Amino acid sequence: MKTSRTSLILVNGTVILLAAIWTIPTLGLFITSFRTKAAISDSGWWTVFTHPGGFSLDNYNNVIFGGDGLGTAFLNTLAVTIPAVVIPILIAAFAAYGFAWMSFPGKKILFITVVALLVVPLQISLIPILKAYLAVSLNGTFLAIWLAHAGFGLALATYLLYNYISQLPKDILESAYIDGASHFQTFTRLILPLSTPALASFAIFQFLWVWNDLLVAQTFLGTNKDVAVMTSRLLNIVGSRGQDWQLLTAGAFVSMLVPVAVFLALQRFFVRGMMAGSVKG
Amino acid sequence: MAGARLVTDDAPRGVVQAVGTGVGRVVISLVVPVVAFLVLWAGFLFLRDAQAPKIVVVVVAIVWGVGGTGLLYIVSNWLVEKLPGTWRGRVLPFVFVGPALAILTFYLLVPAILTIYNSFRDATGGKFVGLDNYAYAFTNPDMLTAIRNNVLWLVLGTVFSTGLGLAIAVLADRSKLDRLVKTLIFLPMAISFVGAAIIWRFVFSFQPEGQPQIGLLNGVLSSFGIAPQSWLTVEPWNTLFIIVILVWGQAGFAMVILSAALKGVPDEMLEAGRIDGATEWQIFRRIILPTVWPTVVTVATTIAILTLKIFDIVQTMTGGNFGTNVIATLQYKQMFTFFDYGRGSALAVILLIAVTPVMWYNLRQFRSRGM
Repeated sequence: MKTSRTSLILVNGTVILLAAIWTIPTLGLFITSFRTKAAISDSGWWTVFTHPGGFSLDNYNNVIFGGDGLGTAFLNTLAVTIPAVVIPILIAAFAAYGFAWMSFPGKKILFITVVALLVVPLQISLIPILKAYLAVSLNGTFLAIWLAHAGFGLALATYLLYNYISQLPKDILESAYIDGASHFQTFTRLILPLSTPALASFAIFQFLWVWNDLLVAQTFLGTNKDVAVMTSRLLNIVGSRGQDWQLLTAGAFVSMLVPVAVFLALQRFFVRGMMAGSVKG
Repeated sequence: MAGARLVTDDAPRGVVQAVGTGVGRVVISLVVPVVAFLVLWAGFLFLRDAQAPKIVVVVVAIVWGVGGTGLLYIVSNWLVEKLPGTWRGRVLPFVFVGPALAILTFYLLVPAILTIYNSFRDATGGKFVGLDNYAYAFTNPDMLTAIRNNVLWLVLGTVFSTGLGLAIAVLADRSKLDRLVKTLIFLPMAISFVGAAIIWRFVFSFQPEGQPQIGLLNGVLSSFGIAPQSWLTVEPWNTLFIIVILVWGQAGFAMVILSAALKGVPDEMLEAGRIDGATEWQIFRRIILPTVWPTVVTVATTIAILTLKIFDIVQTMTGGNFGTNVIATLQYKQMFTFFDYGRGSALAVILLIAVTPVMWYNLRQFRSRGM
């Protein structure tokens, strides 16, 4: 391919410019999170390149261990996210196997119902489920939000895992049955390990979805500091002290740490997970 | 994951055979689920009334939630395997698909029906009010602003995210820096909308003239001697500035998926075009774009669904003030500020109706791609 020198410079210049535009806002946040309160309000973060100084780790100390309790919120987010990822995957994998490799009356219509439920936006469920939760005082518990996330992610998970599991070679399963394996044994020892790529893709999508979610957490877990997740706490700081940038910048960074690390470590699965998740309602 | 824990179902069966008698079977069939239930119940009580250090509670919560789900399957499968042959065959499929169907019924199917039903009732769900809530939704000035904003989100958010994503994908493929550039532009995808909103609130940050500007945009303006702007309070421009955040987050998604599609454009076709003397722009218009068009449409519809349901960004940036409300933020307000379940339900139904055709189209595309 023949490309002239000038067009090559033009292309490289444009992509570098775009990458810079994309990165500078985050960089500004990152630098600001290490500046003292006085330094932040006295000068823009870009002045640190010409006048270094005014750095401190206090912001992180204050936001994690201080009254805003982002440390607690971090643990809450973990406690919400891990089961809210594993539970729907496990349930969906069982269901996907059932739909793919077992026969029972009404199978087709039930599966079509599952796929049809993909279009339902979760907003439609908030009020009825909240009412049901309040009736059995389940609201504000981890169980409540695990099940809610499971419910909202399950249609997609079942659909994706069905697509994968139903395509596994029939001979492998048949030889397992001939060897006397039950469905349960076939599923746990054969299907689950074979489905790792599909499970991982969905896991990353669901992980990101739950970790970054605001609406579901705000509705079913609430803003009580004991249980609130990081997105809820950050929204609270924005609402009450929107100019306290020393807290907001450090807090936002704490909340991004895990998903960005997962992104950098598992980029390939990450891309697949995002593609798979493109049909979430 | 939980897979390893599940591979233990042989052990209890050995015990059953040792007990042998029918009575033993019945007793154990009763004892095992009861014990499993008690363990789960104790865990629930511990979590509800926990006084232990946070980290202990978190670990117990995770083990209880994940282990509990696994345990339910193990116990129910184990019980079903005690049944006589024909019944086992009939019941076992429902051990596999039953929990998923139950959860979907409870969390999506029944709520959807209830919400549609409630959208025709008054604030408390008591009296039938016909189409009043929908009439409200299409006449109330706030709602009309929100619908206008959602249209802006839908059109501008979708076009710019997809368009920029495609442009970057095409350009980056011709650059030696493609890996680094793509990583940097895709990275915002990992950041929550709340986090992204904080990043951009800081970029748009505004101080009255004369005070040091700490927001990047006003910093740039003041270095040129231009008066600082209050970006987020002037309608309708503020909605456009908030849409920038979505474009910043989603262009990377569009780029990655379109970049994969671009790899599928046959090299021979590009070469043939170049030999015939086509310019790069003609090659893009006539060869590349038609080939990747189905993927462009899929990406656009995916982002379109996101813009219709957009909530987090607006809620964090302005809380819907200064005329930036969208349908989802107004719905949230109706539910949790005004406790008007009728109107809240009607708004949710409007969202459902807006999303369904796009989603249906997306699913068909998804299936035809064979994923």
